Amino acid sequence: MTGGKMSIPGRLAWLLVVVLAILHYDFWNWNDRTLVFGFVPVGLWFQVLVSIGAAIAWALVVRFAWPTRIEEWADEGDSEA
Amino acid sequence: MIAELLSTVLDATLPQKPPKSSTPLIVVAIYLAALLLFSILNSRRARGSAGEYFVASRSIGPFLLLMSVFGTTMTAFALVGSTGKAYDKGIGVYGLMASASGIIHSLVFFLVGIKLWAIGKRFNFVTQIQFFRARFESNLLGTLLFPVLVGLVIPYLLIGIVGAGAVVKGIADVPTWLTGLVICLVVLAYILTGGVRAAALANAVQTMVFMAVGVLAFVLISGSFGGVETATQNVVDNRPELLAREGEISHAQFLSYMFVPLSVGMFPHLFQHWLTARSAKTFRMTVIAHPLFIMIVWAPCVLIGVWAAGAGIEAPGGNSNAVLAKMVGMQLKNPWISGLLMAGILAAIMSSLDSQFVCLGTIFTHDIVVHRTGDRFSEAQRVTLGRLFIVAIVALTYVLSLFPPPNVFDLAVWCFSGFASLFPLVVAAVYWRRVTAAGAIAAVIVAGVTWAILFYDGLLQPTLAGHSGEAGGEDYLVFGMMPVAVMFAASATTLVVVSLLTRPPSQTVVERFFSRPA
Repeated sequence: MTGGKMSIPGRLAWLLVVVLAILHYDFWNWNDRTLVFGFVPVGLWFQVLVSIGAAIAWALVVRFAWPTRIEEWADEGDSEA
Repeated sequence: MIAELLSTVLDATLPQKPPKSSTPLIVVAIYLAALLLFSILNSRRARGSAGEYFVASRSIGPFLLLMSVFGTTMTAFALVGSTGKAYDKGIGVYGLMASASGIIHSLVFFLVGIKLWAIGKRFNFVTQIQFFRARFESNLLGTLLFPVLVGLVIPYLLIGIVGAGAVVKGIADVPTWLTGLVICLVVLAYILTGGVRAAALANAVQTMVFMAVGVLAFVLISGSFGGVETATQNVVDNRPELLAREGEISHAQFLSYMFVPLSVGMFPHLFQHWLTARSAKTFRMTVIAHPLFIMIVWAPCVLIGVWAAGAGIEAPGGNSNAVLAKMVGMQLKNPWISGLLMAGILAAIMSSLDSQFVCLGTIFTHDIVVHRTGDRFSEAQRVTLGRLFIVAIVALTYVLSLFPPPNVFDLAVWCFSGFASLFPLVVAAVYWRRVTAAGAIAAVIVAGVTWAILFYDGLLQPTLAGHSGEAGGEDYLVFGMMPVAVMFAASATTLVVVSLLTRPPSQTVVERFFSRPA
């Protein structure tokens, strides 16, 4: 119902989402109590960066992998419910 | 620096009063009155039309959708619960829920939310159950889903009411039963008049309020410790284990937490908000900004929880729900500021309650009344029936809130786990042509049974036995993982196996839901 093949930038945007999901499991920070900026534990700081990265990744997905034909499909409504 | 400056300015310009004065309550009362006035003024467009009352005539724009979806998703869990859980378990709480949700929630909005919006618009659906009934050609599935969804929304409502009670009790010493009653009445007042549009507008206002207030709380509380460095240094000195995950959160637990945010795909109130969108493009802002908004709310709350532990602040009665309120009460001596923060926290809680109330009325009206009686009732009568059901459910939840659970965060996770275990159903419904009604029904039953067994064993039985739940202690895990992993696996496996063993769905249904644009 969304139609169309995904562009290469679209695939790369999705790849970034997958990479972020993997990086979210930051096992290397598990026992690291280093403070960033003198007050943020590195385990928290890294996860905040994952949140920021997620927003960027989703912006790229929206830009390059948007389901362009979905509104046409929705507008062909037949109110069968 | 900024914190000190803000504190100085506010202390100089606002009158000082002793703690537990009535000033915070006056600030909250003013906020509630303003909210009611705003909502009632905006509700006039809702009169007479069920389409307007239940899905805001499918006309909500990008900003309002973002604010209403975010406001609905963030409840006492995000403010009161995250602070309390960080107080118990340290900074790992952010990775458990906040950053994971930034990825998963937007994924669900993009892959499931937009599809459901399109299906809802094309076939004029208003509720999840209408969609599932039509998609699987099964009345039994709809009948089965109604009590399951309502049963899972009730603890979600409970989280809000209990969280509100804990906050107001901590800051202004108001009995929890009174806070719960006032919150329920205020939210009821504006949603009964305006429906989902009133909820969306109120959510937008309240989301802005609680985000701003959250940042203000962070700045002022860190200032009261003598700055962010000093606040964290207390943790380094006294509770260093809270600055990392080792010993607090296991690897399997961390990974299996990724299943919990999938719950947004099955929240009935979120489904209803998705249907209010003007177009698919309306979702864009929500998908992108949602991870950032989560970060803005959660990161300060997690730090405040950890700082409280580092400063040796004891949770009142061992109840970590009350840590945030205690921090606000102890650290901020200005009652006007305390009142403002209290209003902000209540705003976060009410912005979830309203959507859930409206949603319950909607599914009762459409999935029970209209489904059973057809056109016997007029549109106005349907709206009235929906309102009556809302009042009944709110009354039930209020009574349950008089027996509060020990930990808001854990109750919320159980509630989300139940919805997440139903997630395979919605994914299969929109992406898998071969899924059958028998598979769907079996999956719902298996999800419900596994949830009930694990919930009893993990939370209900220990609470009834007098153990104060998991607050401050070990989390309930199954094979080292969160129970949601087991529920999800059981539900998904059942769905696939039973579908493959039963007769494929009719070609008519497949063509209806999987056709391409003409």
